[in-house]
Formats: sequence, C-alpha cells, structure tokens
Amino acid sequence: MSNGPKPKVAFFDFTSCEGCQLTVIDSLQTHPELLEAVDIVEFREAMSEKSDRYYIAFVEGSCVRESDEKRLRDIRERAAIVVALGACAHLGGVNAIRSLHDLEEARQYVYGDKGHWFENYDVKAISQVIDVDAVIPGCPIDRDEFIQVVRTLLQGRDPKLPTYPVCIECKLHENVCIYDRGGVCLGPITRAGCQAICPSYGVGCDGCRGLIPFPKINSLKNVLAERGLSDEEINDKLAIFLTNQIAQFEEMEDSYVS
Amino acid sequence: MSHNVNIDIHHITRVEGHGNIVVDVVNGELRKCDLEVTETPRFFEQMLLGRPYQDASTITSRICGICAVGHATTSLRATEAALGVVPSEQTKLLRRLNFLGEILDSHILHVYMLVAPDFLNVGSVIPLANAAPDVVLRALRMKKLSGDLCKIISGRHTHPIAMTVGGFTHFPTTAELYEMRDRFNDTWADVEATLDLFSTLPIPDFERETEYIALRNEAYYGFIDGDIVSSDGGKWPLHDYKTVTNEKVLPHSSAKHCSNQRDSYMVGALSRYKLNHDLLHPRALQAADVLGLEPSCTNPYMNSVAQVVEIVHCIAEGEKLIDMLLQREVVWEDPVEPTRLSGEGVGSCEVPRGVLFHHYKIEDGRISGANCIIPTNQNVANVEADMRELVPTLMEMPQDDIAHRLEMLVRAYDPCISCSTHLLEVKFE
Repeated sequence: MSNGPKPKVAFFDFTSCEGCQLTVIDSLQTHPELLEAVDIVEFREAMSEKSDRYYIAFVEGSCVRESDEKRLRDIRERAAIVVALGACAHLGGVNAIRSLHDLEEARQYVYGDKGHWFENYDVKAISQVIDVDAVIPGCPIDRDEFIQVVRTLLQGRDPKLPTYPVCIECKLHENVCIYDRGGVCLGPITRAGCQAICPSYGVGCDGCRGLIPFPKINSLKNVLAERGLSDEEINDKLAIFLTNQIAQFEEMEDSYVS
Repeated sequence: MSHNVNIDIHHITRVEGHGNIVVDVVNGELRKCDLEVTETPRFFEQMLLGRPYQDASTITSRICGICAVGHATTSLRATEAALGVVPSEQTKLLRRLNFLGEILDSHILHVYMLVAPDFLNVGSVIPLANAAPDVVLRALRMKKLSGDLCKIISGRHTHPIAMTVGGFTHFPTTAELYEMRDRFNDTWADVEATLDLFSTLPIPDFERETEYIALRNEAYYGFIDGDIVSSDGGKWPLHDYKTVTNEKVLPHSSAKHCSNQRDSYMVGALSRYKLNHDLLHPRALQAADVLGLEPSCTNPYMNSVAQVVEIVHCIAEGEKLIDMLLQREVVWEDPVEPTRLSGEGVGSCEVPRGVLFHHYKIEDGRISGANCIIPTNQNVANVEADMRELVPTLMEMPQDDIAHRLEMLVRAYDPCISCSTHLLEVKFE
C-alpha cells in the first residue's frame, strides 16, 4: 500500500440477519492484514465511530420501506463504490419470500390489529433503488470471496464473479451429485463461487448466490418434474432465495432457448 | 446537579440490530425511559406458512446470523415434536457439541468485541486492535476455534448446512474430531487470559432483583430442551410456554413485551447461571469464583460476566463431548423419518441471549401455523424497568456519562434485535 491516507470503508445494514457483517468480522481471523489496508470508518454492529465520506460502502440487507430508499441514496452520494453484501442486498434474500404473500395478511398474521404501524412494501434488492458497482453474493457471503473482492477494488479493478454454475465446483470437489442421492439441487442454474459448500455437506443448492447469466430454468423444472416434484414443490424450491429473479428470467429464457 | 436530562441515542452501536434509547427527565421527574426497537419487521412466521416442513430450519436460521445454529436447532426440535421424530443419541451429541460452538462464538464476540471496549476506554474493537492487539488476536483465535467446530459438524456457523429434521446430512471424521480435541486443549491458555482480563474490569454497581427465567435440563447445563423454570418458583413443560411469556403489544414500546409473575423478567446467561449453576463444569464454577459471580447476583451488568463463565463451561464441556463421540465413533446415520405428517410441536433452546421458542403446526407436511418468541423480546420490558430504576441514581453525572452507562446496560443484555421478528417500528410524538 502507498503511504497516503488509507481508503475509508464503511458497512451499513438494512433488513437482514447481519450474518454477512459477522462473516466480515470472521474473515479477519485469517486476514488480519485487512485492517492495515483500509480504514474502517463505520460499522455499527461492531463500533461506535462515524464518518461522512467513503471509498467503499458495503450494504447488507434488503430495502423494505420508503425510509430505506432515502438512506440508500444518501449512502450512494457519499460513497465512491457501493457493494451489495450478501443475498438480502443482492436479491432480496429470504425476505423476498414475504412478497409471495399478501402484505396486509402478513402484517395481521404476525402483529394482529397492530399491523397498521408499519410502512413496509414489497422487498427490494438494493440495485432496484440505487446504482450498485459490485456484488458479493451468498447467504451468507463467502469469506475468501469477500477478501478477494476487497483486494480487487483496492487495486482499482472491477471484481469478476464466476459465470458458470455451482455444478462445476461441485464436480471439482468430486461430490456425488445430489440428484444421484435422491435429492433436489439448484446447482445447475446458480452462480458458482461458494465452492459448492451445500452439496459438499449433503444438501442441495438453494440458489442463494443468484442465477447464472443464461439460466435454463424451464429445463431444470422439467428435470424436477421428472423426479416427481409437483409444480407447487418446484416453485417452493425456487422461492427460497430466487423469488425476485425467477419471474424476470423466465420471460427472457424463451428468447435464448430455442 | 442536573434536573433535566434528555438522552436520545439513535441506533445504539455495538449491538446486533437497530434500537434507540430515549430518556426524558424534566425537573427531576422521569417522564420517559424507553428502549425503542426500530428494526424493520421481517414476518418470518408468515414466510413459513404453506411451506414444506423441511424448509423451516433453512429459513428460520436466517432470522439471525449470530444465533443461526440456535434457530436451526430450535426449529428442528419443534418440527420433530410435531411429527413424532426421536433423534438418535449420536444426533443429540452432535447437536449439543455444535451448539457449544455457537455459544462460544457469540459470547466471545460479545464480551471481547462489543463489551470490552467500554471498559478499556476505546470506541470499538478497531482502535482496540491497535491499543491491545494481543487481546483482539486472542478473541479472533477463540472465535475461529468455535467457528471451525461448527464447520466440521454442520458446514459453517452462519448458516448451518448439514442439520436436518431427524439428524445430519454430513458427519465429522475421526481425524477432524481428534484435531478439534487438541485445539480445545490448547485453548486453556486463552481461557485463563480471558479470566485475567475480565476479573479486572470495573463492572458498574447496580442491583435490581427481577424474575429470572431459563430452561433446565436435569442431565446437563443447557442448551437444548428441558423445562422452563423461574427464580420465583414454578416449572412448566415447553408446550406451556405461552403461560410464561404472555407476549403483548404495548403502545409506548416498539417491541412486544413479555411478563410472567412480575411486570418483567430476564433471560440470558445470568438467568441460566442462577438457575443451573449446580450443573456447571467444576472449572466454570472456579471461574465464577475468580470473577466474583454468585448465584444471588441481581446486577444485570453481570450478564457479561456470566457469559465469560459459560465460555469456560463450553470449552470444558466441548472436550467432554468430543471424547464421548470419539469413544463411541461417529457413524453415518440416515436422518430419522417422521412418523406422521401432521401435528403440532414446540421446540426450545437456550440460545446465547436466553430462551428461544419455535412453535409450529404442520398439516400434510406443510406448515400451517408458526410462532417464534425470541430472547430479546423477553428482555425488553426488563431493560426498561432497569433503566427506570437506574436513571434516578445517575442524576449527578454529566448527561453523556448517563447515556454511556445506559448504553452499557443495554449492551450487557446482548440484545439481538434482528432476531426479534415481532418487533415493530412505531412513530413517537
């Protein structure tokens, strides 16, 4: 690093479990040098200090109300680079499952007659509100990928995410295919970069890193149907993390799958 | 002497989630003393409706990044109770060991990175890393041990992968368990250094007796299953949890409040210690002596100290459980299948911040009803009761010091505000 002032980095949280920020703290276990390279100026979960200009602003969490939009735009104005940190910011995350239900019904189910105290609307990824320069996908993010992205950004380059599916990494790990074990897996349509961690621990991919650039969703649905899943079961599987992305891609798919 | 105090701490830092402290004293009269919780509601219970029962633990672990294993385990226990699943002895041991990893990880994060800066006169763990790098490196080392423990059992701590209804989908190897056993043994030097540090920190004096509630399992100290017990007397089976929690929405507060036999009660490490100290490992009891923690303690600031005692317990208990697993040898087991696809069940665990309940109704394999009661919700009324009694005793202090003392109080409870799926945002005045 040069001897000039260190780049200022800040972390902001919206609707989320804050597990991605926790993963950032955990990445210090193996990469304490991160603290040498940057000046962390705002990180409410871990510190009390505050600042007003940032080189990189990491945003965790989904946008779920009007006041979030204002806060996001404010962060955008003050940051040279905005990074969506984790599935909630990138895709809407599990929060987006709620969008499948009627909002009034949701309020009433959880809060009874006090539901009108909210100002929530359907869950948004932060890129639906502000320009986002880079994404670190996943629920939670992968520690090594986080370090890699920070390193790339500090070198003034654009981070590149894998464009191939989880299946590639799963094969490299020599896992027995989840389908061959009688399970269901979204690996064929999901962006790699997680080292196929879920299949490696015996569980099918839920798609937390989002779709690859040209996902063959309808083909995957056919495979799932052949395995005996009903339409409802197929949609349940796709709706853990991909609620917001699926609809949009299904329309596109017709144009590139002949 | 100040007769007017106006404190408005917007977004308390070094806690998980978003909350505010608002105190208003006019002419010596305490007009307002609230812990406002401004985390956005997340509707987890509603998200579960209509979904296959297998998804419940995957989705609810996302309630909280810090207690993801706790939510997943509690969720699995609720589903298993509903569907008549009795997990194997090996599953129970692996879940207990995994849970120790989470308690350790969360407590180390809290006492070292969130609480200690208050006593070492630094704003946060970042300057602490410059002022006392050995302290921060020790915390990171101990955190890595707990995270690696969760990794060999369930894939990772946030969010666990290999835990499923009826068992696991992956198992630690003997070599991994041996390596973990050695690392636990090597951690005792860090544990001793932790005790040295926390026995010197000046914990504020403040006593207020309240009702203390925790799970109790006669076989061992925490953290999965048991009966609900109270320091005021009383013992309830898990399925009667609602008679203990009595959740209600109050207009003056942004969170649902809970009360049992008094206006409020406390959950968390201090409550567990008070109600279960006889079950602690002898080394943890020695640690309590060193730290000056006694079962009669009624100082809420001592919750952080009780967490340090539990850190000692978890290291000792972890060694014991790894030895048990090595002795019996971990074998590949398929998860136990449900005996029925409809039913109703309550699961409960002592997660780092206190007792957690998940309650599900399942019909034909799909969730038709869900309720989660989170420790932080149960504590909010008690934090406010503490603040109401504490503020008048601090009136001689400068306002900034009062504010800091109140923030330290809230932090001592280790609130996990994202967790509190019931919490609301309300506009005040």
